Amino acid sequence: MSQAVVDRLNAQFGERVLETSDAFGDHEVVVALKDWVEVAQFMKDDGDLQMDHFIDLTAVDYPERESARFDVVLMTRSSVTGARIRLRTHAKDGEEPGSLAGTWSGANWAEREVWDMFGIKFNGHPDMRRILLYEEFVGHPLRKDYPIDKAQPLVPYREVSDIDKLPPFGIEEGQPFARIDWESRLSGGDNQVSPALGVQQGQRRTLSDSEAAQQVQARIEERMAQEAPEDAAEEGSGE
Amino acid sequence: MGELRVIDGGGEVAVTTRLSDLLQWARKWSLFQYPFVTACCGMEFMSTAAPRYDIARFGAEAPRFSPRQSDVLWVVGTISQRQGPAVRRIWEQMADPKWVVAFGTCASCGGFYDNYTTIPGVDKVIPVDVYIPGCPPRPEAVLDALMLLQDKIQANDRKPIVVPPRLVPERAPGRTGEGNS
Ligand code: SF4
Repeated sequence: MSQAVVDRLNAQFGERVLETSDAFGDHEVVVALKDWVEVAQFMKDDGDLQMDHFIDLTAVDYPERESARFDVVLMTRSSVTGARIRLRTHAKDGEEPGSLAGTWSGANWAEREVWDMFGIKFNGHPDMRRILLYEEFVGHPLRKDYPIDKAQPLVPYREVSDIDKLPPFGIEEGQPFARIDWESRLSGGDNQVSPALGVQQGQRRTLSDSEAAQQVQARIEERMAQEAPEDAAEEGSGE
Repeated sequence: MGELRVIDGGGEVAVTTRLSDLLQWARKWSLFQYPFVTACCGMEFMSTAAPRYDIARFGAEAPRFSPRQSDVLWVVGTISQRQGPAVRRIWEQMADPKWVVAFGTCASCGGFYDNYTTIPGVDKVIPVDVYIPGCPPRPEAVLDALMLLQDKIQANDRKPIVVPPRLVPERAPGRTGEGNS
């Protein structure tokens, strides 16, 4: 259904549509940063498309990508035709996509959230302030290089030495497993667990994806090899 | 109540005790609460306050929405960094003697919110008397906490304490499927 939108955008913008895809029926169009507002505005105004329903606007951080660090992603739908489309663009750190707050007013807060969480400013936004965090907050927490265990308390923490807590509470408060230490990973390491947990070597594991996949595959094959003769034996006895 | 002495004067009976004991006894049976409810644990708090569990049996049914009139601060739910100043300020406004109960895992230690936005336990900001583990805790655990708090008040003991699990079947009637007797 949404293929029509992709076709229409292709016909209208030609070369300026950089990429299209329809993985799992989700149609997506990638455009350059400078075409961002124009394409969005066209989708809304065009008589065939009428993408009048702003669903969400967010961003994705790819710290390892050289060309452009962020993807800005817009999801819209048409209440007339029911078509859905995802519009995506790439932005370098510090680049400012145009604001869509003038196109869909719903984009206003979404863009503030992207600014709050990722530090991407939107050019022409009427009120570019943090929306969820407080003004005193330094940095943007959904950037992957934001230190994993860094909190910025507004009230200084008490001296906790006098807190005589019993299990289950204590030093290992919170759930610091499954943290990815991006700082070390970006500098070439591949530690899975945050520096705070580094001492507990037992909890560290390497996570080179292909390596992990190979290990899993090897384990599966090993098990199949073990189980195969047993199965055969069972079948044999059954007969 | 602490040490009681009964004086029988032939038809007239007098009972004596220490003034401090009497005071603590009065305090522990008239806890006015300030519910600082921020998250899903609030449901269990409501359930505890409702007739089925009936927190009124402990003289603690009256919520006061002014911290100046309350004795116990119930911190119920996740406390974000942004709420830190608010909860601290409310606690500061309460008149002594005052107690704090951390209701649920979030209020006790941050729970599974291990991130930049959640205070890992409200005790990082204000002192806590009783911790109730559970996500959310059952009303029985809340009542256990209240009774623990009463004991602590009577004994004038400010050491923090965690509500222990009910491991003894007799203390958890209904769970084993037999006898509420
Ligand atoms: S402890 Fe569980 S139920 Fe209670 S506030 Fe936290 S997440 Fe919600």
